[in-house]
Amino acid sequence: MKKHLRSKKAVERGTNAVIYVILVIISVIWIFPFVYLLFQSLSGDNTGTMDYFIPQKWTFDNYIHLFRGEGVEFDGDVVSTANIQFLSWYGRTFLIAVIVTVIQTLIVLVTSYALSRLRFKMRKPLMNLMLILGMFPGFMSMTALYFLLQLVGLTEDFGMFGLILVYTGSSCMGYYICKGFFDTIPKSLDEAARIDGANRQQVFFKVILPLSKPIIIYTILNAFMGPWGDYMFASLLVTQPANQTVAVGMLKMLDVGHTGTYADAFPRFCAAGVCVSIPITILFFILQRYYVEGITGGSVKG
Amino acid sequence: MNNLPPVVTSGQIALIVVLTVVAAALAVFVALLFVGLVRKRRFAEASEIEYLTMSSDRKFLYRLKRGLYRLPDATFALFSVHIPNLAKKFRKAVCGIARTIKDAAVHGDWKTRCSFAIMGFSYLARKRIARGLLFLALEVFYILYMAIFGGFQLMKFFTMTEGNVHGIQEVEVNGVWTYVQGDNTQLILIYGTLTLIFTVAFLYGWYKNIKAAYMAQELEEAHRHIPNAKEDIYNLVDAQYHKTLLAVPLIGLMVFTIFPIIFMIFLAFTNYDSQHLPTTEPLFTWIGGKNFADIFTNGIGASSTQFGRVFGQLLLWTVIWAIFATFSNYILGMLVAIIINKKGIRLKKLWRTVLVMTIAVPQFVSLLLMSQMFSDYGFINSLFGTRIYFLTAHTVLPKVMVILINIWVGIPHTMLMVSGILMNIPADLYESAKIDGAGPVKQYMKITLPYILHVTTPSLITSFIGNLNNFGVIYLLTKGGPAMSAPYSGSAGETDLLITWLYKLVFQDNSYAMASVVSIFMFLLTSAVSLVAYNRSKAVKNEEDFM
Repeated sequence: MKKHLRSKKAVERGTNAVIYVILVIISVIWIFPFVYLLFQSLSGDNTGTMDYFIPQKWTFDNYIHLFRGEGVEFDGDVVSTANIQFLSWYGRTFLIAVIVTVIQTLIVLVTSYALSRLRFKMRKPLMNLMLILGMFPGFMSMTALYFLLQLVGLTEDFGMFGLILVYTGSSCMGYYICKGFFDTIPKSLDEAARIDGANRQQVFFKVILPLSKPIIIYTILNAFMGPWGDYMFASLLVTQPANQTVAVGMLKMLDVGHTGTYADAFPRFCAAGVCVSIPITILFFILQRYYVEGITGGSVKG
Repeated sequence: MNNLPPVVTSGQIALIVVLTVVAAALAVFVALLFVGLVRKRRFAEASEIEYLTMSSDRKFLYRLKRGLYRLPDATFALFSVHIPNLAKKFRKAVCGIARTIKDAAVHGDWKTRCSFAIMGFSYLARKRIARGLLFLALEVFYILYMAIFGGFQLMKFFTMTEGNVHGIQEVEVNGVWTYVQGDNTQLILIYGTLTLIFTVAFLYGWYKNIKAAYMAQELEEAHRHIPNAKEDIYNLVDAQYHKTLLAVPLIGLMVFTIFPIIFMIFLAFTNYDSQHLPTTEPLFTWIGGKNFADIFTNGIGASSTQFGRVFGQLLLWTVIWAIFATFSNYILGMLVAIIINKKGIRLKKLWRTVLVMTIAVPQFVSLLLMSQMFSDYGFINSLFGTRIYFLTAHTVLPKVMVILINIWVGIPHTMLMVSGILMNIPADLYESAKIDGAGPVKQYMKITLPYILHVTTPSLITSFIGNLNNFGVIYLLTKGGPAMSAPYSGSAGETDLLITWLYKLVFQDNSYAMASVVSIFMFLLTSAVSLVAYNRSKAVKNEEDFM
């Protein structure tokens, strides 16, 4: 009996050891690219082949060049990097992200509340309509929107506003997860408030919203992260370097010849990547708990 | 097209395979239908207890058999019940509208009848000025719009080429030659679509006006109070609160989703491509359904020859990609979540945080980084001193790499979700299982797995559809490359999904019309997948609800 127990324990310890090994391997694979990103951004090797994982020469030059957007020396010549206006891209993307976050969060909350709590004739048809519309490739609307925004003049110089409109325009279709969360709040709370004389608007603002902290934060986080990663629309509406967003600018940085040479471009791309990642990562880890709650609470109850 | 060598290409084979599979499925379906018709034998349904006592493989067989038996009935039900039901509903709605208008015309007093011509008149005459003015303003706006601008645009829209001169031309005005901007068919198409939408909206408003006018009359006849402006406004935060809330979102939906879709559907019936542009001769114009035929043949003018071949090949790859990308992430992510959450594993939070980094860092940064690392002269090749063309070889390697990198991107999402679910599984389930003598493997197979599967099916469906349209991963990693080999001369690459191909069709080939045709086909594909999956998951849920 004792022997049996011990062997069981040994088996357990064995499996755990295997699991630890797997986990360590996984962690290395997952962390490796980010460490590489960080190291390259600090690298002064200027070899272009990036053979060294750990740079031979450490430097902050990449960041400095990135922020100043000034020329760099290459083969004795000063290569202009006037096309890199990282700070301006960064500020613009940040502003877009903030405005989009505010508008999109409001729209999603409002739509979800209406579809979850209010009963009206067009509720079901509306939900079906949104389900069907969601199946059209988002791209399909893109060309048409481009023509439309061009007509109104919201591309290029005013492309920022065009982008904000595009990002928030159909955000009501993302009501699904938030509505799922609202559905889980007991209806009796609404009823009690109604009996006390609250109208539906007051129920929304004074009963439902205070209870929805996790889903509000989840929505905010998602809305904020969206514009940082969008390449499709951003590359379409704005083509001049001066008006670009971070994603488009960074992809263009990698085009050899655009900014001098690849050997310069890649470390600077890495530096830009680090700059973009840091605020979002910090925000994400602060709010991670809510993110998980949002995913599991809203999306998976079927 | 004539100078192409008559060889069977892999794309054609792919197309043939797809068509064969579809044809075979159709044949089986028809055969089953026929058998079901001829042999009206009923299926011996098992009772609930019998069903529950079956072993799992018997259960599967039983369900399969029952499904096959039910297929003919289900098919007939589709044509004899569901579609007529839909038609009936539609007819009912139309009849309802017609009846309202007829009632208002027949039983309406002069105030109501005046509303037919002057919108809002009924309200104005009954001293509900605000509402009346709103309706009137709608009518005035619409008439002015049509008179000044819309009517002309609509006329041009239907003829497309008539109206102004083509292109930029010199015209003599008062003895002076000047340049005059010619027609712009793209603008005609946009304005035409907008005018059509306005017209539909106006007709709806007109109908609402008549309905409201008649209702006001009925209220008056019954000596009941007609809501005044103040009450109307209060209603907007209470009984009619949904109108307030949904107004802005729905306008957004209209402008940014519905309008573009209608526009693109129109575009599919034109010949807008690099040879037919909006402002230079020859202008693009309506060509009917020719594009839809072209997608199944190889001949289309413009830049992209062999359209059908490429479409078949990319369609196949898109489906394969979606299947692999979805299930690899799902299965592996679940495994990772389970080992992290296993009892006795320490530093759970650390492992989770490491993986979550991938979600936190913006995807375009990590994907571009990956594409650089695996590029021909990138870090991985330098490190090992090799020259493996990970992302540019004309083999299956780029496709495998794309799927592998997608696993790297996707596992953390599944892991987070499944971790959340694992914590929610009631502990007493495991306790009672333990008392009944179930070991860890059995507990896993009988409790953990079914629970996760049950709860995550909807998200599996959404992620499958998301992967069918996954622009970011493919475009940032390979830009769809490597380019397809000769004789194809367009911009499509071997790892292109339909969605990235669309992007190129528009921005590199300028084949706007064909891009819309492909979009419509993609819509059919995604909606078919999601409808089938949705219905099936519902059926599964009803049959064996977990707990």
